[in-house]
Amino acid sequence: MTEARTQIPDAEEIARLRRARAEKTGRWLMPLLTIALALAIWDRIVVWNEIPHYILPGPGLVARTLVEDWAILGPATWVTLKIAMMALVVAVIGGVSLAVLFSLSRWAEMSFYPFAVILQVTPVVAIAPLIFIYVENRTIGLLLCAWIVAFFPILSNTSLGLRSVDRNLADLYRIYGASRWQRLIHLQLPSALPYFLGGLRIAGGLSLIGAVVAEYVAGTAGIGTGLAFRILEAGYRLNIPRMFAALVLIAVLGVLIFAVLSLISHLALRHWHESALKKES
Amino acid sequence: MRMDGVGKVFAGEVTALSDMNLTLAEGEFVSLLGPSGCGKSTALRLIAGLMQPTTGKVSWQGRHDTGDLGVVFQEPTLMPWATVEKNVWLPLRLRGEKLDAMRPRIREALDMVGLGKFANAYPRELSGGMKMRVSIARALVTQPRLILMDEPFAALDEITRNRMNDDLLALRGRLGCTVIFVTHSVFESVYLSDRIVVMAPRPGRVAEEVTVTAANRDQDFRTSADYAGLCRAVSAALSRATGDT
Ligand SMILES: Nc1ncnc2c1ncn2[C@@H]1O[C@H](COP(=O)(O)OP(=O)(O)OP(=O)(O)O)[C@@H](O)[C@H]1O
Ligand SMILES: [Mg+2]
Repeated sequence: MTEARTQIPDAEEIARLRRARAEKTGRWLMPLLTIALALAIWDRIVVWNEIPHYILPGPGLVARTLVEDWAILGPATWVTLKIAMMALVVAVIGGVSLAVLFSLSRWAEMSFYPFAVILQVTPVVAIAPLIFIYVENRTIGLLLCAWIVAFFPILSNTSLGLRSVDRNLADLYRIYGASRWQRLIHLQLPSALPYFLGGLRIAGGLSLIGAVVAEYVAGTAGIGTGLAFRILEAGYRLNIPRMFAALVLIAVLGVLIFAVLSLISHLALRHWHESALKKES
Repeated sequence: MRMDGVGKVFAGEVTALSDMNLTLAEGEFVSLLGPSGCGKSTALRLIAGLMQPTTGKVSWQGRHDTGDLGVVFQEPTLMPWATVEKNVWLPLRLRGEKLDAMRPRIREALDMVGLGKFANAYPRELSGGMKMRVSIARALVTQPRLILMDEPFAALDEITRNRMNDDLLALRGRLGCTVIFVTHSVFESVYLSDRIVVMAPRPGRVAEEVTVTAANRDQDFRTSADYAGLCRAVSAALSRATGDT
């Protein structure tokens, strides 16, 4: 309402602005600094204590291994990423359709929700051996394991979102004679979007975990091997640097997946949702 | 629109409304005034057809399709993910109308509430008063015969509220639709209505009715002796209704 008449902001405002700017640079500068510091300490510990590389390799050696073994590790990274992403896609399709089904029919929800919970609370390492007995195709087995881990957050978050429709808006839709379908498409799904995207971010990380764990269980048999298999293999050969290099790749994959999903979430919600607004202002 | 002996009992034996009679003439502006919990919202929900009365009957001869009724809630109740234009489009969209074809009508409704320039804004970019105007534009876009308003301006500051009252009167003068307006404010009800229905609580029912006749409703009316007298009469009716339980 009232226009600010003074052109020079007061000292408090200037201090606030400066703090905000410092925080913005700090957000990416600080993690970089601490990581660099940790690497330096790691390096010094290895050098000063003369730890042999087959016990603890220094960061430099790990980096060199990463480059030298790229012919092995690169394709393995691709395999793991592919499995995780395929599992995520299937989890999204399965989780969302199940959530929609639950919202359309309370009976379906009452009947099938317990199964979803059981699937969720049973550790995937415990289920995976059975899956590899019954499922011939190794890729499908891996996919199934990763899917089991990833789909629950999507299902439960989307379910919650579909139910969190503004009551007055729902009344308005009724007054204007909306069909069940219209209510779902135009009201429930958009209302559920922020919840779904929150679940998606969790599921992205879980699908990677699921893919890696499943591969450990699946063991050494078969072709088209991913990062977990490379870690196992390097472990048998006491190739510790390569184990570290593969580990680094898994961590990078995880961060990458999280970053991409966060970006998607931000882009989808930036016009209207509180969570996306806070970052801007 | 008329309500004959309408009662509503909720599960748990809460009698929200008992034996309510109300008849509306075409083009009339009626306020429902009463203390909290006396069943004003319940009455509106019954009229809107959101629930069925336990006893009695709500009938409305003039209703032919969904667009004949417009509703404005206390909160703006906008879809935050949709632009102003798309929010106003909603009642038409649910009838299967395309946005492109409806744009002139949406624009007209937005112009009526003075928001023609904000068609592409998102609700979060608007002030509370502006959001309320969008909500009103959405109720008007189907050219309804009856508009139900449940304390639409209760959350606004007094200056904005007075301006919204004037705008509402101007709109109604232009459109000639019937309005049922729920409010807690004696002043607002006197300023706006042709008739004030004072309700009493526990169980909710009509206690008294006050008819308001005024040539012009403007700043002069607001400061006139007539207005002050009516406010006093309505206040007295309200305290009688609240006190005799
Ligand atoms: N769905 C419901 N189930 C049970 N009781 C209800 C329900 N809705 C309303 N009531 C009860 O009915 C009574 C009237 O409620 P109503 O919302 O119509 O009051 P109101 O006059 O609109 O009040 P306010 O001015 O606070 O909005 C209240 O006692 C309330 O507790
Ligand atoms: Mg109410």
